[in-house]
Amino acid sequence: MHHITLIGLNHKTAPVALRECIALSPDETIAMQAGLGEHPDISETVVFSTCNRVEVLMAAKNPENAVQVAKAFLARTKKVPVAQFENALYVHHDAAAFRHLFRVASSLDSMVVGEPQILGQIKEAYLAATRQKTSGPLLNRLLHRAFFVAKRIRTETGIGDRAVSISFAAVELGRKIFGTLENKKVMLIGAGEMAELAMEHLVRQRVGEIIVANRTFERGVAIARRFNGQAIRFDECQAYLKLVDVIIGSTGAKGYVITRDQVKRSLRGRRNRPLFFIDIAVPRDIDPQINRLANCYVYDIDDLKGVVDENIQDRKEEAVKGERIVEEGVVHFQQWYESLSVVPTIVALRKKIEAIVDGEIQHTLSSLNGLSDADRQALGRMRNALVKKVLHHPTAFLKRNGCQKDRTIYLDVARKLFDIDE
Amino acid sequence: MEILVLIACGFYFLSAAGYLFYLIFQKNYLQRVGFDLLLAGFICHTIALGLGWFHSGVIPVRNLYETLLTAGWATAGIFLVFSYRLRMKIFGIYAAPLITLIMIVATQVARVPVDARPLFNNFWLVVHILTIFLGEAALALAGGAGVLYLIQEQAIKTKRHGFFYKRLPSLELLDGTGYACLISGFTLMTFGLVTGIIYAKSVWGHFWSWDPKEIWAGITWLLYAALLHERLTVGWRGRRSAILAIIGFAVIVFTFLGVNFFLQGHHGEFTRL
Repeated sequence: MHHITLIGLNHKTAPVALRECIALSPDETIAMQAGLGEHPDISETVVFSTCNRVEVLMAAKNPENAVQVAKAFLARTKKVPVAQFENALYVHHDAAAFRHLFRVASSLDSMVVGEPQILGQIKEAYLAATRQKTSGPLLNRLLHRAFFVAKRIRTETGIGDRAVSISFAAVELGRKIFGTLENKKVMLIGAGEMAELAMEHLVRQRVGEIIVANRTFERGVAIARRFNGQAIRFDECQAYLKLVDVIIGSTGAKGYVITRDQVKRSLRGRRNRPLFFIDIAVPRDIDPQINRLANCYVYDIDDLKGVVDENIQDRKEEAVKGERIVEEGVVHFQQWYESLSVVPTIVALRKKIEAIVDGEIQHTLSSLNGLSDADRQALGRMRNALVKKVLHHPTAFLKRNGCQKDRTIYLDVARKLFDIDE
Repeated sequence: MEILVLIACGFYFLSAAGYLFYLIFQKNYLQRVGFDLLLAGFICHTIALGLGWFHSGVIPVRNLYETLLTAGWATAGIFLVFSYRLRMKIFGIYAAPLITLIMIVATQVARVPVDARPLFNNFWLVVHILTIFLGEAALALAGGAGVLYLIQEQAIKTKRHGFFYKRLPSLELLDGTGYACLISGFTLMTFGLVTGIIYAKSVWGHFWSWDPKEIWAGITWLLYAALLHERLTVGWRGRRSAILAIIGFAVIVFTFLGVNFFLQGHHGEFTRL
């Protein structure tokens, strides 16, 4: 009987300094899978590594031994002594390993709960493992179940629904105002890392024209070129208020760059089309009073942070539903996993009974003389019927779904009662 | 007819419940169920009104009971057409309870039909009644879109994103839906008023008689005309447009019922209890 074992470390157990020492490159992952696969004790293996975690999944006859082998392998591959990372490692067997894998795959264990990348990374690693043929019947089934659980959690809970980054929260708000951001005109005032990040998100939403206003015109031109936009002089902002729909403020200016009066004057010319200000500058660029004007919406960095915090809270609530789905998945998989060990037990049981009956028949026959062939055949039939009848009830009982929860206990008892393991 | 009206009433009620559950749980099938139930109710409702018309030989607006039944029918019909065209799933949360409310009120009022006079089957009168009812139903929906717009705008402006923020669509869609309802409602109502004036000329000999009902109908029309004018010329939209759509709907309700109860006029018999 093979056991499924998982060892690994992640952002919760290991600091980034340690994670970067242990993280495996794709080549190292392949080498590790191949190396572990050759070990006689380990029948199947899948390894995956991201910037936040390294996980080694194995099916092995002797799990303790397999763990030692994997540790040694990691140490050798990364040239780091085992003692240095041993404390950060977690080891899970069977049900605990399934649960861990399901939680990782459905992003319940991620640094940002609900992020969608991890599932793709695991799928890729699994694909590599199947190509290398290091994954077998046990892990194939386990990983397929993990993908199924992850997909179910994504569709049935809102775990990945809401934006959890500042720039994506701004995009989400934009969609609640405009319906779609497609072809909306965007003006970027100033420049900054976060402003450019927000811009990238907006570009992905296929916004229309992009206008960049910067105090240093040359710098503005450089940014505009990056986003395929148009640079304007800083004092032209006012004129462009009439044309654009989204304005990102990100200058280092001390006072407000866009004032309430400026916006108010442009409203009529805009025919009251909505105007969305994203102010990520500190100190602020956009006068907060603008938010009180009709069809104008101003979100500063704290407002956006507030939205993000709210969304993270939402995700946490959704994650609770996700945990329940994981538990269901674990129970499901365990049923299948345990049914694997029922068959060998029944086979062993049958052999044991047959051996006892055969022994006794031999013993009796040796003292009986003058039996015809027909008599012998009748005895043979009796022997078969006896074995069948003795085993009928125990077999049915072990196979029955009724004792699923404690099947391991019953299997253990059956093995002990009939002294099978000796 | 009676039993069909009650069945329709039941369907509308269940549809409202369906939309309420959709609002809370956000499952698409709930919206589907709500829509289908409303459609089923509308079919029963149509058959009931058709039978009533067939038996009495006149359009069923002879008393408050029948008038409300027709109003409910028009609202359901307009909603079905609009939700088919506009794809705003959540709109039913306003329409289904409104229709249910109209129907429940209808079943609670007494029903003494006025005498079926031959002039009831005048072509201009039938067109007048149908277009006015359909137009007012569309304007009722415009008021609903206005309410939803204000709720959503409030959430975005105050930055407190609660229960409704997630569930309501974008401001653009809410505003656009309200506008579409407004345009079609105003067109139908204009048509209804014109045919009513023609009918008045053919029966009483003059187009306009300064009857309270006529005055209030004129006020309603002017209100909506002003709203649409502002929208088309300077782009009045969003909050102000939503508020006016709600006020407009309140004025319609008053013109529809209030005038007959508090003021007197030549439409009085249609809402007689």
